[in-house]
Amino acid sequence: MVPILEVKDLTKSYGPLVAVNDVSFAIRPGICFGLLGPNGAGKTTTLEVIENILAPTSGDILYKGQPRSATFKNEVGIQFQQTSLLAMLTVWETLQVFKALYDETENLDRLIERCQLQEFKHQRHENLSGGQRQRFLLALALVNRPQLLFLDEPSTGLDPQARRNLWDIVNAIKASGKTIILTTHYMEEAQQLCDEVAIMDHGRIIARGAPEALIRTHCEGVTVVLPRGSFRQPLESLPLKVQEINGAVHIQTSNIDDCLKQLLSDQVDLSDMSVHSPNLEHVFLNLTGRHLRD
Amino acid sequence: MHIKRIWIMFKARNWEFFRDRASFGWNFLFPFLLVAGFGILFGGRGHTEYTIGVFPTAPDTMTVASLDLPEAFKETRFLQFVGFTSHTEAMEKLRHHKVDLVIRTGPPPHQYWINESSPKGYLAEKIFQASLTGEANPSLLHKEKIHTAEIRYIDWLFPGILAMNMMFSALWGVGYIVVRYRKNGALRRLKATPLTAFEYLSAQMLSRLFLLMFTLLVVWFGCDLIFHFHVEGSVGDIFVLFFLGSLSLTSMGLVLAARGTSEEFTTGTLNFISWPMMFLSEVWFSLEGAPGWVKHVAQAFPLTHLLTGIRKIMNDGAGLVDVLPEITILLLMTGTFLGLGAYLFSWDR
Repeated sequence: MVPILEVKDLTKSYGPLVAVNDVSFAIRPGICFGLLGPNGAGKTTTLEVIENILAPTSGDILYKGQPRSATFKNEVGIQFQQTSLLAMLTVWETLQVFKALYDETENLDRLIERCQLQEFKHQRHENLSGGQRQRFLLALALVNRPQLLFLDEPSTGLDPQARRNLWDIVNAIKASGKTIILTTHYMEEAQQLCDEVAIMDHGRIIARGAPEALIRTHCEGVTVVLPRGSFRQPLESLPLKVQEINGAVHIQTSNIDDCLKQLLSDQVDLSDMSVHSPNLEHVFLNLTGRHLRD
Repeated sequence: MHIKRIWIMFKARNWEFFRDRASFGWNFLFPFLLVAGFGILFGGRGHTEYTIGVFPTAPDTMTVASLDLPEAFKETRFLQFVGFTSHTEAMEKLRHHKVDLVIRTGPPPHQYWINESSPKGYLAEKIFQASLTGEANPSLLHKEKIHTAEIRYIDWLFPGILAMNMMFSALWGVGYIVVRYRKNGALRRLKATPLTAFEYLSAQMLSRLFLLMFTLLVVWFGCDLIFHFHVEGSVGDIFVLFFLGSLSLTSMGLVLAARGTSEEFTTGTLNFISWPMMFLSEVWFSLEGAPGWVKHVAQAFPLTHLLTGIRKIMNDGAGLVDVLPEITILLLMTGTFLGLGAYLFSWDR
């Protein structure tokens, strides 16, 4: 099957700063592909080069096996991380404006309902709350019935309820067969929404695959977390796989019973202990030694 | 090019303008207040300085001392002497009330001309006569009269104020707004759609033209109800000139809007362009007595040609054919600005 999007050896530099460094990946139609990484990893720049907002320094981008043509803008929908819109317009009027810019478009009433904007359609878009605004921006990205949808940090700044609400909408879009590329620094978001992720750091892709496969490959068992103060001895003396991160000790183990026995025999204070199943955050941690949100 | 896209962007910009009550109201109130203020201040009368046209003399090199005129007259305060190479040129200015008195330089009897409908001309004549011997001496003078309708200062000033308002509205309404949209990322969002730069800029320009002409109509007829302006030519012709001036000034705004993301820098640039244009394009006062280089600089501004054309129609009764040079220059400037604006335009830089 021809990938809907193929990125080959993409590099984007700003003078001496290399924001995206030799990035390559291909995306199958109908999946949700996530670019995961901390702030400044190069996710948004990668996305904006693909979207044709920025020009690449080098590399190729193929859409349906061909270089992007004039129809590309008609067939993709984009939700920017930060954007402004034409001032003084209502939600409905702004959707009307954007609808008029495209050849093939969605029914606005249906779109409003899908993005749960019925109550706010006659409200000025400047007055929307964070969650309402993100749903409105999503509606704008969907106005042209895109085959490929770009979502750049769609849930940043939202409260947990609003975030879950947005995920439900994105999952519904995904179920309709559209291909989605999203960037996020929330591992939970990537795990909830993405069929495949590429983890970026310092402009490079450091790991790629399905979230479960990445976790299986890069993490073993569970992670035991304890405050550094719980240990009397130097961490190097412990016969365990240990990492100290921001004052907390992370111990990865495939056998929790043996691990706990060892900690008890070393007289470690377990009163503040927590145990975590591995997730993409741990994948990133294991690969870089840093948290995603450091 | 899609007309549908231009139309929706045109409508969106107009919605924004009409809903921004403060700036919408100010666009009407500002010119009205200026006209009202000057109407009260000057009460329909002109300047208090007298302009004396002298010929034949080289305008650029003329000095008052070199003029062959009575010494007492040359030394009189509040007189400004303006040189003309020919009688025809000087009479043209007298007819248009741009000078108050015209004198042929040379030995007595001094030949002079006044416009009978000019109150300032009458007073300038009295000063001239008194400067000869302390009282009028008919043997030293040869008087000629012409008569053209009196032009009140307010009649002369009114088109200037409208054009100035138009200039500010065109430059800020396009230049500043587009830069603001570029800075806040709204243009970047539009760049992601199939909308082309040409379509976007056309919509901005058409919207501003529509708003300018609408404002102009309301202010013109509103002020005319109160001040009863005297229009020698056709009001329709005046509006044709205003339309061409709007086109030219809006295009100039597009050049300023083509690049940049700093509102502060754009404000500085807009001020740098609009203030000299306001003072050198004869909005407030005639440049008749100004140095030659100032008049040359003024020719670079579309506002100068717009006002020259409009005043020819309004004050002198000229038709569109008579103002063809001004129309041509405005169209040429529009073409140049549009080409430059389209060439330089960037959605995000």
